Amino acid sequence: MLVIKNLEKDFGGIKAIHNCSLEVKKGTITGLIGPNGAGKTTLFNLISGIYAPDKGEIWFNGERIDGLKPHRIFRKRLMRTFQISRELQKMTVLENLMLIPYNQDGEGLSGVWFLPGKVKKQEKNNKKRAMEVLEFIELIHLKDEYAENLSTGQKKLLEIARTMMADPEMILLDEPGAGVNRTLMNKLVEDIKKINANGTTFLLIEHDMDLVMNLCDPIIVMNEGSKLTEGTAKMIKSDPRVLDAYLGV
Amino acid sequence: MPQLIINGIIMGSIIVLGSIGLTLTYGILNFANFAHGDIMAAGAYLCLFFLGLNVPFVVAVILSMCITAGLGILIDWCIYRKLREKTSVVLLIASIGAALFLRNVVQLIFGPQLVYYSSEIQMAKKLPFGIRIKPDEIFIIAASFLLIIAVHLFLKRSRIGKAMRALSDNMQLAGVIGIETEKIIFWTWGLGCALAAAGGIFLGLEVQLRPMMGWDVLLPIFAAVILGGIGSPYGAMAGGMIIGISQEVSTAFINPAYKSVVSFMILILVLLIKPSGIFGKKERLA
Amino acid sequence: MSGILSYLITLGIMAGIFAILTLGLNLQWGFTGLFNVGIAGFFAIGAYATAFLTKGPSPEHLGGLGMPIFFGLLISAVVSGLIAFLIGLPTLKLKEDYLAIATLGIAESIRLIFTNEAWLGNGNRGIKDIPKPWAELSAAPYYNLLFLLIIFIIIVFIYFFIEKSIHSPWGRVLKAIREDELVTASVGKNVFRYKLESLVIGSMFMGLAGGLYSHYISFISPDVFHPMQFTFLVWVMLILGGSGNNLGAIAGAFLVWAIWSGSEFLTDLLARISTDPKVSGMITNIQSPLRIILISVILELVLLYRPDGIFGEKKIL
Ligand SMILES: Nc1ncnc2c1ncn2[C@@H]1O[C@H](COP(=O)(O)OP(=O)(O)OP(=O)(O)O)[C@@H](O)[C@H]1O
Ligand SMILES: [Mg+2]
Repeated sequence: MLVIKNLEKDFGGIKAIHNCSLEVKKGTITGLIGPNGAGKTTLFNLISGIYAPDKGEIWFNGERIDGLKPHRIFRKRLMRTFQISRELQKMTVLENLMLIPYNQDGEGLSGVWFLPGKVKKQEKNNKKRAMEVLEFIELIHLKDEYAENLSTGQKKLLEIARTMMADPEMILLDEPGAGVNRTLMNKLVEDIKKINANGTTFLLIEHDMDLVMNLCDPIIVMNEGSKLTEGTAKMIKSDPRVLDAYLGV
Repeated sequence: MPQLIINGIIMGSIIVLGSIGLTLTYGILNFANFAHGDIMAAGAYLCLFFLGLNVPFVVAVILSMCITAGLGILIDWCIYRKLREKTSVVLLIASIGAALFLRNVVQLIFGPQLVYYSSEIQMAKKLPFGIRIKPDEIFIIAASFLLIIAVHLFLKRSRIGKAMRALSDNMQLAGVIGIETEKIIFWTWGLGCALAAAGGIFLGLEVQLRPMMGWDVLLPIFAAVILGGIGSPYGAMAGGMIIGISQEVSTAFINPAYKSVVSFMILILVLLIKPSGIFGKKERLA
Repeated sequence: MSGILSYLITLGIMAGIFAILTLGLNLQWGFTGLFNVGIAGFFAIGAYATAFLTKGPSPEHLGGLGMPIFFGLLISAVVSGLIAFLIGLPTLKLKEDYLAIATLGIAESIRLIFTNEAWLGNGNRGIKDIPKPWAELSAAPYYNLLFLLIIFIIIVFIYFFIEKSIHSPWGRVLKAIREDELVTASVGKNVFRYKLESLVIGSMFMGLAGGLYSHYISFISPDVFHPMQFTFLVWVMLILGGSGNNLGAIAGAFLVWAIWSGSEFLTDLLARISTDPKVSGMITNIQSPLRIILISVILELVLLYRPDGIFGEKKIL
């Protein structure tokens, strides 16, 4: 579903991504692990169109998407979350979510002024959906709070909630677990599995090995900007190169 | 035409002096300082004040540069420092306020009228190719050249200078060099504003002094900074010369009143073709 | 009594014109985070456009088509929006402060063009005798009151237009852009398109304000459009009133205009009272820089100590 070929990205001499090739199969929950600075987040930035790669190709559903603008990539139904939460601070939690759905008629001024009935109806449905999502991630009591007032963990949840609003074909999660408490995390894991069962593919960066090992198959290991190896949890655990990479040998 | 190029080099020197400070503060503090032109004007008027006390010209220039450096540091300390965690645009608004404040304090003290440093009329020297140049103008070019060499040595040799370049290029690198950011910011304002004062004084020498003089050069120095690539002092030097010369040469074809429109057009062209400027660094995460 | 009343009415008209500018800027900055420092330029374009269209023929300037004032005002808005569109194209894809520098440049260029191209708008001597609406009433004592009413109606109209547009999915996208462009793009919104819309619509209001000014004062010249008065004052008005808050923006406009022209009134009074012509001359000389200093100090204090404006926090929208 997602194919990356010989990708390169250089930041003023730092080769963040170097000759990186990998593939994510449709319907999987693929894990992406690797030591700090391995280039995982940069890879997400390249896939989601925030940076254009220096060289190489990115294919999604048989279409080449490298170099496209971020909003175009979202419209191909590929969505990502951010490692450091980027909530829309001076907007309420509810507004943060109601922003997401694509093709809202009220997002054009002509719709606002000439189709008020239709816009109102869409807004109502949109709000209902957002409330359900908030209910699910247990932030419903904060719906009218400015997003800047949430705690770090709650902001992380809001990141994930956004993807639930969008219903994409593939979701890139950048450390969804960081800062979220265990109970809720377990609930999230269950939900990721549920969404996945309905056909959504996941690519998930995570440092929590227990979580990755139990949720992801296959797991891709990155080191120094390219793919080191790939396999099931068991294979990864027993691969000496992976340990070396983490120990920085 | 040779005459226009010489005039362009004179204007270019002045713009370069203004734009080095602007590009460094832009690169390091990540905000467009709209008060930089008025800092130049403040330096020019300080020099006028010292000349009024019968201080020799060169001494007056040096004194004004020092005091303007202090003024820049003071403004940073009173206003910008406290707004640094806010977005760069809040700083930009604050700098517009600072610009108007400075300009009108100048007008309050010195009045709105045009003034000259000296009422003597200088005889222009005749050079080959029909070029005429006044002693003042030779002084401007020579002094600017010396100052630029000094800046170059400072940036390449001194620890602070190296850190400044690193910081204006990339925030993370400076941590590696291990000098506290606040100290570098202090020096950046000092250096930038001292050079701005020199630029302002030379502008006063070449044209005349008016409270609006700083506002009028703001557009050319911004054009120079963007042309050279924000945060790059060497880019600003090249950009300043290009802008200065194009402005003067353009007067052969169009009304000289449109000089600053010319620099604006160059700026728009740069934005269209290569927004990072000629020496600009690569993209950063928006 | 009528002296003070008519002073208040003129005060209200000018403050109202500024309120329209402030509402336009609020759409751009308060809701979208666009930094426009070329307000004076958009204002000037609007003022000249309607003057060319509505005045009778004159050798002193372009146009002179004698069209109805309503039509002139419409074109003021349209032309100003068009300039905004052209400026937005190269700059809105770049870092936010490029727009600031570009709008500054366009405002300066517009001023220089009107100063130097005498065939266009009679250069520095300016255009006079721009028609007033319902001119046959203009000698009547209540005429200014009528003008104030027109301005008031226009403000109400613009206010409701912006409020309704902002409280919609469209406005939600604008606010999202203000908060974080990258996230907004990552969730599928065409950020560039929205920024362009906001810039153009805001600038159309600024052009309209320019047109209204033209018909109110009946005289325009490039001096009027000096960046200081129109650009900086409008910024102070918005920041004082609280960006992102339309009622605050209107209140800010009235408050700052009252301080601004009140200080002029006061110094004029002082200058007139003093019998020594030297003293009164001095007062007149320092008046203009002094009040700009006052306004810039107010701006810095608000930025430092009341960053959300004096009318408090931004309302939940
Ligand atoms: N915008 C940037 N400019 C310069 N260097 C960058 C930039 N973004 C990333 N890098 C560099 O690229 C390398 C890879 O960083 P990246 O954030 O992709 O790592 P990561 O695998 O996500 O690490 P972590 O697990 O700590 O999140 C690092 O050396 C980083 O410093
Ligand atoms: Mg990362």
